[in-house]
Amino acid sequence: MADLIKVGMADYKVGRSPSTLISYGLGSCIGVSLYDPQKKVGGLLHIMLPDSTQARASDNPAKFADTGIPLMLNEVIALGASKSRLVAKLAGGAQMFAFANATDIMRVGSRNAEAVKQILRRNGIKVIAEDTGGNYGRTVQIDLNTGVYKVKTIDRGEKDI
Amino acid sequence: MVDEFDLTPIQMDALREIGNIGAGNSATALSQIINKRIDMNVPKVALVPIESVPDLVGGPDTIVVGIFLSVYGKAPSNILFLMPQKSAFYLVDTLMGREHGTTKKLDFMDESALMEIGNILSGAYLNAFFNFTHISMLPSIPALAMDMAGAILNIVLVQLGQMGDQAMVIETEFLAEDDGINGHFFLVPDPGSLGTLIKAVGVE
Repeated sequence: MADLIKVGMADYKVGRSPSTLISYGLGSCIGVSLYDPQKKVGGLLHIMLPDSTQARASDNPAKFADTGIPLMLNEVIALGASKSRLVAKLAGGAQMFAFANATDIMRVGSRNAEAVKQILRRNGIKVIAEDTGGNYGRTVQIDLNTGVYKVKTIDRGEKDI
Repeated sequence: MVDEFDLTPIQMDALREIGNIGAGNSATALSQIINKRIDMNVPKVALVPIESVPDLVGGPDTIVVGIFLSVYGKAPSNILFLMPQKSAFYLVDTLMGREHGTTKKLDFMDESALMEIGNILSGAYLNAFFNFTHISMLPSIPALAMDMAGAILNIVLVQLGQMGDQAMVIETEFLAEDDGINGHFFLVPDPGSLGTLIKAVGVE
């Protein structure tokens, strides 16, 4: 029986096949996965905010895209992944409540998605799949045996990306 | 200067009292609308790690209906009223005069009715609060979503997450006499607002 490893909000986990990493109930947050298909190792990060420099000091680097991604990247490489083979997938970044005059905070979902892609690009990692935006929550999981990233929703079914 | 993350027991009590008075008034309003007795628990005032807030309402993947309002004024805050899906359906059936169990999905009118409930509860809460502290606060128009609790809570947690790793929540649970409805009313002061609230109740 393969392990199911839970990743909380503002947290990340790394692992190897046959484990599956799962994170529940993402709204504007983003679930970023990294995967090396040859070594079958990877990680899943659940970020809340795009940029640690725009926030008050935090003890938790996994809360932000700019500090969380490098952290997970190093740990995935320590597990034997090669940076050049790593591929990224991401999902989340919704705006849960519709407001006519949405503030920056309410649009944080799309800012999260932009930041994640930019930071991955800066680290030379290819984004091969993405399911972001909308106004609905997502539960995401990555199967470290196959690299399949499953996105589940409440009334929009589920899909593999 | 009040240290938001290091409150004395008396200050915690004061916040609990704010929750009590506000929620008491809200519960009375809800009770009058649906013509049932509404019980509420003693408000929980707690400083919790942000990532564990979804556990207060049954975990991040529990399906809930959330009504969200921003509160403007001297102590900007957010109000989030969360109900399990079943309770929201029951409440809508009650409001619309339908037999319980009719609603399986929220249509536009149902959503509008629930948002109005959010409006009334928040108004009652803030009014009571004003009578107590003379701090006037106004709620925004409500917004509604039915989804995973974690996803819905994101909207308040993101804001708090910018300022720290912990959230101060003032939470009251409502329960209708026939067990058909329960809900969680959260007042989440913006970082910086807690000091104003505590000063207003005179226990700085």
